[in-house]
Amino acid sequence: MRKIESPEQLASLRGGLRRKRQEQPVTVIVSSGTCGQARGSLGVVDAFHRELDKQGLSGKVTLRVTGCHGFCEQEPLTIIEPNSIFYCRLKSDDVPKIVSETLIKHRVLDEFLYTDPVSGKKVIHEGDIPFYRAQDRVLLGQNKLVDPCKIEDYIAIGGYTAMAKVLTSINPEEVIAEIKASGLRGRGGGGFPTARKWETCRRAPATPKFVICNADEGDPGAFMNRSVLEGNPHSVLEGMIIGAYVIGAEQGFIYVRTEYPLAVEHSRIAIEQAREYGLLGKNILGSGFSFDMRVVRGAGAFVSGESTALMAALEGKLGEPRPKDVHTVEKGYGNLPSNLNNVETWSSVPFIINNGSAWFSAKGTTKSPGTKVFALTGKVKNTGLVEVALDTPLKTILYDIGGGAIDDKEIKAVQVGGPSGGCIPAKLFDLPVDFEALSEAGAMIGSGGMVVMDEGTCMVDVARYFLEFLQDESCGKCVPCRLGIDRMLEIVTDITMGRATEKQLSLLEELGETIALSSLCGLGKTAPNPVLTTLRYFRTEYEAHVRERRCPAGVCRDLIHYTIDPEKCTGCQVCLHSCPHGAITGEKKKPHTINEKMCSRCGICKEECKFDAVIVG
Amino acid sequence: MELSKLDAILEGKQSRPDQLIEILQDMQDQFHYLPEDGLRIVAERLGVPPIEVMRVANFYKAFSLTPRGRHLLTICMGTACHVRGAPKLLDTVAGHFNISPGDTTPDRAFTLERVNCLGCCAIGPVAVLDDVYHDHMSPGKLHKLIKAVHKQDSEKGNA
Repeated sequence: MRKIESPEQLASLRGGLRRKRQEQPVTVIVSSGTCGQARGSLGVVDAFHRELDKQGLSGKVTLRVTGCHGFCEQEPLTIIEPNSIFYCRLKSDDVPKIVSETLIKHRVLDEFLYTDPVSGKKVIHEGDIPFYRAQDRVLLGQNKLVDPCKIEDYIAIGGYTAMAKVLTSINPEEVIAEIKASGLRGRGGGGFPTARKWETCRRAPATPKFVICNADEGDPGAFMNRSVLEGNPHSVLEGMIIGAYVIGAEQGFIYVRTEYPLAVEHSRIAIEQAREYGLLGKNILGSGFSFDMRVVRGAGAFVSGESTALMAALEGKLGEPRPKDVHTVEKGYGNLPSNLNNVETWSSVPFIINNGSAWFSAKGTTKSPGTKVFALTGKVKNTGLVEVALDTPLKTILYDIGGGAIDDKEIKAVQVGGPSGGCIPAKLFDLPVDFEALSEAGAMIGSGGMVVMDEGTCMVDVARYFLEFLQDESCGKCVPCRLGIDRMLEIVTDITMGRATEKQLSLLEELGETIALSSLCGLGKTAPNPVLTTLRYFRTEYEAHVRERRCPAGVCRDLIHYTIDPEKCTGCQVCLHSCPHGAITGEKKKPHTINEKMCSRCGICKEECKFDAVIVG
Repeated sequence: MELSKLDAILEGKQSRPDQLIEILQDMQDQFHYLPEDGLRIVAERLGVPPIEVMRVANFYKAFSLTPRGRHLLTICMGTACHVRGAPKLLDTVAGHFNISPGDTTPDRAFTLERVNCLGCCAIGPVAVLDDVYHDHMSPGKLHKLIKAVHKQDSEKGNA
């Protein structure tokens, strides 16, 4: 591999790569991110390798193994280009037929097509699927075009053009002006204007300086950073190189959580390949600018995603936050100016440079321009990653893209923004998903997790879940967070166990407000949000637990019982054998009974019973 | 613990305290836990006080200070998995083995871990058994999975 020494050489390499692509337009794209692999995509890839060879198509059809396409629910999925035929929920046994019928005989196979759950119709092309149709996939759209482990793929689709342009013909102030005009705000949750951060870091007098990518996506329910790093790591690298040039940094870090092994691997490969081509290292593209970076793995601490804590962790220390009277753009990693941005923020940069700030700011609202990726999960039909402009109403995401609740239940609420966010009730689904609107509703964009909840979700249990998470993850440095969350958890646990008093409800509110005011870092300050929003919008559920000792959703274990309906029970003994606690007794062909003292309310019996005889009440 | 393996991990990182977490990660991957004598060697070679090494080893969830079992079963407790029933999964395993998350069965066959999110939220609830992800898990499916591993192990043992 020859080093690229000028923008002209990069352009000529791109020209060659493009011609190769055009000469062989038939491409089988298999989505193989972590979700895809969990559902067997690697088996499908192997099968394609084998079958293409066996049926004489190797060399004639390109097989591209890519990152995630966002539609996790339908994995493993494949797109056959040039016609964008979309096949989903594949098994490796399906592959021989796809090769012989679709690739050789050009027949579309109905059995592998996606069925729209709303209309019941089969959909052939990817772009016609409602899940994709209502999205504006700027960042995620590239995932299907590149094999993340091949830098050539990224170069072929125009990758590193923005970097070449910036390094050789735009001065740093002009880049900042362009980013400022675009209105780009930090995608990690806070929404701080990116240009202002860059400007302050650029002006900081100390050297050397650093750029850091925050990929410590610890919010449960969010995985867009994983998807971008797994599926298109070079877009992040390109954004970081541009940022480094603007700020004057020579060294960069990608801090990625160790729970994302594939993202770690793909970022490392990307850095290695960029180095081999001379896109990282000394004198990049002959511009005189030198920059290099490496991957640092997080070690499993939610608080380490906070900027000051992250920088401590980079130094090999305990990942605890410090007071932010001096910002990290002035004194960060190694006490030197450090510019930290989220994965999505970095990867948005090349798009803004290539397409112009006006193109970016035309999407979304004036204050919240551009698109943002949300992770749509929970009790919704179409789960996956969704990218929309920031003025899109919640209901478009939940119903048009998400297809509504599973089993046609009612969606009760959506939890937006993870442990720092809040639960938004159905009556507010007209709200757009911009930074301000969500904050006013008591939630926040956060990292962009959206967990859908239906009537079978207990809002008190959800609040308890987040408190348990936060108590577990609180680093313990400041008292309000360490002790306050503990006390809140105690109260909410009392409520879920049916032993709380009315007084405790108001104490809970007061505690929440105090913690929000007095905690050291952003995580503590936002920690009470899940409780405060559920109290605000779902107070009647709390009251049912307190006053009537009843869980309306039938979730809180101490308030529910499992029994067997003797009329329906056939005495088949399936539940008896599957109960891990030995709580079910009964003779063959006679109704069984559950011993309540031994029952852990795990629900296995209900799941296993074919006669619907297990009653929860 | 084989010292040569630790030497390989430490290569090029002597006297570099900023590499502490990276080294502990590699040790965890290599030995599946952080042996105490190994931590002492790390402290000495990096020039970091042993208590600081212990603090870091204790702080981060990726590190285990006790040996793990032959099989590692991790249950994801992310929000999406939670609302789809992950607590029931944890109960199932805890009930089956009579251990709490973070513990290992007395026969060292299984270690049960909980993780706060694996980022596979759309296909939850998720359980990971020995690096293999299992999507859309239910207590019943998990129960069968554990039984199958037991059976495999005992067949191997008898062979």
